[in-house]
Amino acid sequence: MSIDTSTELGSDERAASMQAEIEGTRRAGRGDRFFKGLALASGCLVLAILALIAGSALYESWPAFQQQGISFITSSDWNPNQNQFGALAFIWGTVLSSLIALVMAVPVSIGIALFTTELSPRRLKTPIGFVIDLLAAIPSVVYGLWGIAVLAPNMEPIYQGISESVGSVPGLGWLFGPPAHGTSFMTAGMILAFMITPIITSLSREVIQTVPRQQREAALALGATRWEMIRGSIIPWSRGGITGAVMLGLGRAMGETIAAALVIGSSAQITTRIFANGDSMAAQIANQFAEASGVFRSALIGLGLVLFGVTILVNVSAQRIIHRFDRKMVRS
Amino acid sequence: MTAPLDLDEVPPSLVSSMSARRKFKNGLATTWLVVSVIVALVPLGLVMFYVIQRGSAVFGIDFLTADIPVSRRALGPGMGPAVLGTLLITGAATLMAVPLGILGAIYLNEYGGKGRFASLVRFMSQVMTGVPSIVMGLFIYTVWVLTFGQSGFAGALALACLMLPIVIRSTEEMLRLVPDDLRQASFALGNRKWRTIVTVVLPASIGGITSGCMLAVARAAGETAPLLFTIGVVNSANPNLFDGPNTALSAQIFRNAQIPFTGPQDRAWGAALTLILLVLILTVAARWVSSRFAMKQA
Amino acid sequence: MIGIPEKAVKSMSDALPADALPSVTIPIGSAGDSGDAGAVAAPARVVFDIDDLAVYYGAFRAVRDVSIEISQHEITAFIGPSGCGKTTVLRCLNRMNDLIEGCRVEGQINYHGADLYGPKVDAVEVRKRIGMVFQKPNPFPKSIYDNVAFGPKLSGVRNRSELDDLVERALTQAALWDEVKDRLKASAMGMSGGQQQRLCIARTIAVNPEVVLMDEPCSALDPIATARIEDLMQELKAEYTIVIVTHNMQQAARVSDRTAFFTAEVNPAGDQRTGVLVEYDNTQKIFSNPGDERTENYVTGRFG
Repeated sequence: MSIDTSTELGSDERAASMQAEIEGTRRAGRGDRFFKGLALASGCLVLAILALIAGSALYESWPAFQQQGISFITSSDWNPNQNQFGALAFIWGTVLSSLIALVMAVPVSIGIALFTTELSPRRLKTPIGFVIDLLAAIPSVVYGLWGIAVLAPNMEPIYQGISESVGSVPGLGWLFGPPAHGTSFMTAGMILAFMITPIITSLSREVIQTVPRQQREAALALGATRWEMIRGSIIPWSRGGITGAVMLGLGRAMGETIAAALVIGSSAQITTRIFANGDSMAAQIANQFAEASGVFRSALIGLGLVLFGVTILVNVSAQRIIHRFDRKMVRS
Repeated sequence: MTAPLDLDEVPPSLVSSMSARRKFKNGLATTWLVVSVIVALVPLGLVMFYVIQRGSAVFGIDFLTADIPVSRRALGPGMGPAVLGTLLITGAATLMAVPLGILGAIYLNEYGGKGRFASLVRFMSQVMTGVPSIVMGLFIYTVWVLTFGQSGFAGALALACLMLPIVIRSTEEMLRLVPDDLRQASFALGNRKWRTIVTVVLPASIGGITSGCMLAVARAAGETAPLLFTIGVVNSANPNLFDGPNTALSAQIFRNAQIPFTGPQDRAWGAALTLILLVLILTVAARWVSSRFAMKQA
Repeated sequence: MIGIPEKAVKSMSDALPADALPSVTIPIGSAGDSGDAGAVAAPARVVFDIDDLAVYYGAFRAVRDVSIEISQHEITAFIGPSGCGKTTVLRCLNRMNDLIEGCRVEGQINYHGADLYGPKVDAVEVRKRIGMVFQKPNPFPKSIYDNVAFGPKLSGVRNRSELDDLVERALTQAALWDEVKDRLKASAMGMSGGQQQRLCIARTIAVNPEVVLMDEPCSALDPIATARIEDLMQELKAEYTIVIVTHNMQQAARVSDRTAFFTAEVNPAGDQRTGVLVEYDNTQKIFSNPGDERTENYVTGRFG
């Protein structure tokens, strides 16, 4: 270092030269400022993209909203040839197929999560994790292909059997009454259930793993069975986090496009009968957008905007619930 | 991690004193857990079985390289243009999303920390992972395709938007695992912050980052919805991402699945097998990378 | 840089009676020394002149009223009970505290007469000159060679043979060369704790700093590894100025030339502990004839 070469200088000069040395040059700090700027810009990109999505979709769909007004989401009269765009039937289709998916996926997902955390021998944990990863890795279009080529034709006779046997029973007929088609709300819900099981499972598992050991031991020390321990300590402790996981699954199911587009039946109608043909917002966009123009196209982009809004709403609530759960964990 | 509780260690006398009702409930719950795992295996097994069985009937070098028949009903291979398209489009999306995503994560973990703006960005990137892929496709359609027309690059843009938040989230989690000791050691050597990040923090977490990015690539490679209106359709290979329409395996599966003739159905299954192989290789490789990395840390 | 001749003089001086030392250090333990910090002004060059230092974390005052002069080629030890601010003061000396949000430094620290906290001072330049060894060994998850070569590479040394020389010299100085010369490419994570800490010292001195700050460098090590590090410090003293924070009074007595004793004062409300400097003097005097009752209580084990 140059400290020793400056020995001959007076102490003031020495101080001045050291001051100059440790101050460095403006150039030296430039790398830091540049890098930080780059990183910040990349972070801002996320906000920019989200804002642009909302902005561009609003701009492009404006003609449809202008023409249709509030009936865009309250009317089910969708007839592009007569410039009528009431999207309620698609919204209904999205909601119904997602609900069916949840009803099937939630018990299975939580079951798998509890199996791996509470029941499974150690050597089974990794293989099960791998199976869940694989389930998540299969592209949705492959589920769709399997759904339309294998699942739908094979389910049709089963649906018909159910429909014939309980369709006339009051109450049950409301859900299972005819018509019964292979491509239907039910088949779409099943395919969606396969697709959202991995996300609900892995998030629930993470949440359940945070339950402190003392909580489990406290219950077991009181003579609880495994099930009583799960109900008494694990479920109350992780309820918030699991709710968040389920809502994220719901968001995923509502936004899923391709598999639903292939198996839902592409016939928009508002019905509670789950074996009937239906259509969803995402499926309608996927199937019609290529041929659409003019107000029809802006109506489809409007559907996209509604879908965007609803999924964002569901996701934000899910994140809030999980966030609150995290904070509770930190406090305790 | 807490050790798994072993109920078999409960003394037998205690277990046998339980009422039948409690025993039954416990047995029912245990059955529920076991059945759940089996139920999840069924669709996985069935889908894999059909993809391998129907796909392998057409799969081969010819299938991977030959052009797509112009007549959609025609029998026989191939999917060459779609294989090329998937590789090019996914590759281009990776080149865009991975560096930006890693930089974004660096901002969140190394600069922003717990600040209000960083929290907003973090929250929004989590929200962005939930944006439906079809909405990303519409977005790129309105801001890019309407002006510049359909091309492989437009598809790559849509996939990159989808990958970006996934890369940010997984990378930030990995950066958070890097002990602060290492950063301090580097600062104490007179290393500037950006060089500390590049020479110490990133190398220390590169395994986890790589595996997270590979999973994001795998997810993007299988996506269909963002490509539907952005890349268009071609039957012969288009190696130019920036000029003219392109095609991809996922888009071809979607088109062919809807045509009820043997030729296109076979091609759909063959394309599904190709796509699944690609995605599985990426997923398994990502697992391998992350387990290797975990061993090195220990 | 200080040449080898002086190092020879220095190591020779270890064998000589204290008052026969060359003028590089001040006479230690000369009888009847009045012993207040002012008397420390001696022929040795002052590296750090700390005047009325106070450190705040947000509104919380962690340390106040610290005034110390630290001389070149000496080992200065900071001792005191937990929470007395000795590490905080140490981290002020190379501006590591800048990295803690809400941390604010008042008072003056001059480094060779230059204001360390001057408005234009670049903390990175400061840390190149004033290195630091941490409490827990923190090697990078790289090879042994890459750990040591890390700093030189930063300052632009690219030439392979030059790097090899630097690595060998640093490892030799850190008394580690013989143990690792055959496995320089092996991961540093596979070394023992003591070896890791010596590697961290080698990594620090490879950037050729003037001062090495050590924050309880032996607290995570066993007695044998500790003894090796202490020997090492004696050797390094010829070339570097060393400031060490330690919990271990024997260690301070064994290795240091001067000792600063800190303690924590509790405010009247009883909810805040602020570190203060009690006494700063020759190590021998602190341990044999301290000027303050609190120091005596501490070094004789009656407190802390």
